[in-house]
Amino acid sequence: MSSSIKIPATPELHYLLRLSDTCLILGQRLGEWCGHAPILEEDIALSNMALDLIGQSRALLTLAGQRSGEGYDEDQLAFLRDEIDYRNPTLAELPRGDFAFTVLRNVILSTWLKLMWERLHDSSDAELAAIAGKALKEARYHQQHAADWAVRLGDGTDESRRRCEAALATLWLYTPELFEDDAVDAAATAAGLGPAWSQLREPWLAEISEILGEATLAIPGEAAFRSSGKRGLHSEHMGYLLVEMQYLQRSYPGGAW
Amino acid sequence: MYTQAMDTLRDEGGDKPALRTAEEAQLQQRFDNRIDAGDFIEAKDWMPENYRKTLLRQISQHAHSEIVGMLPEGNWITRAPTLKRKSILLAKVQDEGGHGLYLYAAAETLGTSRDQMLDALHTGKAKYSSIFNYPTLTWADVGAIGWLVDGAAIMNQVPICRCSFAPYARAMVRICREESFHQRQGFDSLLVMVKQGTDAQRAMVQEAVNRWWWPCLMMFGPPDDQSPNSAQGMRWGIKRVSNDTLRQKFVDAAVQQAEVLGVTFPDPDLRWNEESQHWDYGAIDWSEFWRVVGGDGPCNRERLAARVKAWEDGEWVREAALAHARKSDLKEAA
Amino acid sequence: MTTNTEWPLWEVFVRTKAGLDHKHCGSLHAADPKMAVQMARDVYTRRQEGSSVWVVRSDQIVASDPSDKDMYFDPAEDKVYRHPTFYKLPGSVDHM
Repeated sequence: MSSSIKIPATPELHYLLRLSDTCLILGQRLGEWCGHAPILEEDIALSNMALDLIGQSRALLTLAGQRSGEGYDEDQLAFLRDEIDYRNPTLAELPRGDFAFTVLRNVILSTWLKLMWERLHDSSDAELAAIAGKALKEARYHQQHAADWAVRLGDGTDESRRRCEAALATLWLYTPELFEDDAVDAAATAAGLGPAWSQLREPWLAEISEILGEATLAIPGEAAFRSSGKRGLHSEHMGYLLVEMQYLQRSYPGGAW
Repeated sequence: MYTQAMDTLRDEGGDKPALRTAEEAQLQQRFDNRIDAGDFIEAKDWMPENYRKTLLRQISQHAHSEIVGMLPEGNWITRAPTLKRKSILLAKVQDEGGHGLYLYAAAETLGTSRDQMLDALHTGKAKYSSIFNYPTLTWADVGAIGWLVDGAAIMNQVPICRCSFAPYARAMVRICREESFHQRQGFDSLLVMVKQGTDAQRAMVQEAVNRWWWPCLMMFGPPDDQSPNSAQGMRWGIKRVSNDTLRQKFVDAAVQQAEVLGVTFPDPDLRWNEESQHWDYGAIDWSEFWRVVGGDGPCNRERLAARVKAWEDGEWVREAALAHARKSDLKEAA
Repeated sequence: MTTNTEWPLWEVFVRTKAGLDHKHCGSLHAADPKMAVQMARDVYTRRQEGSSVWVVRSDQIVASDPSDKDMYFDPAEDKVYRHPTFYKLPGSVDHM
């Protein structure tokens, strides 16, 4: 039970896992704020967001388990996959950083997820479409909450602006991965499962530009750096995140929780 | 839970304010009549200074207990063993933040800001429940806290829903309603481990129960004969049932529940008393209680440091939000 | 008593479902109106308690003075003729 499971290399499955893992890993990071946020009200707000994301990941992992042909459940997929079988883009796993980092990552990813859910609502997979319909409402609120915070911090004090600029400079390096296609995308579009990630780039950039514009923050230039989490090659942070997250399932083989 | 605070601070003079004027005497009389008639007191109503002070102290310490109480369990959010348990735990710890928030708001009606109350917490002037100065060492601690700590808390909190100070009573009604799932999820988590789990899990559950049992009994505060503020608290309806009575009620309920779980409590003197129709329990080590309340429990320093760090790390955020709001106001006015 | 770095206090009113009144349910701190609405949603509607929220700055509320309670509210006490039960009608038309 505690040994790792293996994931079949079907593109449709990987397409689902890239999305489920984005939600789960971002949810895991946001959950770290509970008890440590800048003000009590925000502890509650960030926890709500984390709960939504974990809920989305559960629905997607359950679906992925069914589609895997291996009968995996959500917890086997979450807790018994090795790092290389985790398929979230690297951006989601970066440490939570300061509040500016968390807010701006939420701006980037909630906007991306919102656009993704909008398109998945028309998926040929009826179950995926249903998950998207519910998740879309949640992502719209996440985007609004994050965007409003970005405006407050970008156009707040000198310190908050400086922190936003520093956070954005780092985060931006990891955004190209959100829009790069490969064979997984090709298979997903061919099957009508969902959009190629590259299709999200233009609408995403339009919405992000508007939000950052209102926050009086400049969009950083593009670097040659490329992250590769969605192909299973993560940052060094991912190992620690998974060790922590998977520890109980790995230490108590055959346990019931 | 958290009302032990009123036992752990010195008596501030009971109900014997030096009345200066006939008018004040009349107000005091009217207030006493309302209390005796079981009326609610609202924040803007006249109240004796000692009532205000006592309530402020108790409600703010109750609030502090909720937010410090987020830490021991929050410690396990990233490590919860399944996604369902992760969601439950996150929702529960989040609820505790909400409860802290409701209670701060209730205390704020008495004329002290939340920032002032937090300052008292951060500088060590204000206390919170001793229970949160114990560490959560295993996952079973999360279940044990839900079952025993929340169980003790609910027992203590339900009577406060009828407290004479209406903002406190209203907050408690909301809190008790929300908290009804907290104890159940803890018991459920332990039950699954002992009934469907492995020997290693059962050992983990028993070990956690061993560590939490005595600190939970201490949560009800010192024995009645050493609880100087109780009589006053009873009259004001801030406290409705005595420490020892609640403690006994808790023990009686917990013993039955432990049987269902198949766990034992670390007390060789625990036995049924046919005569009193209650479970007798052994002597509580009150020196440990006073040591933890006094700041030398296993985690006092870590808990406070974590709260202070969150507050200080968040300072620039709070400032920025205010600065932005002022800019927006100016723009609107222009 | 509010320090000048503390976010203002807001009162929160929640409509539990369409057709009902908004009801006061608590308060919270927020830096601006939009944040106050969002925080109200996050803090006070976690268990499907709401379909709409209102927030208002606590310092904008004008309240009656508790010491005026007698003269404000007691005079309504003897106006029993304002209530339908005051009128005893024959059983055949008592549904009126």
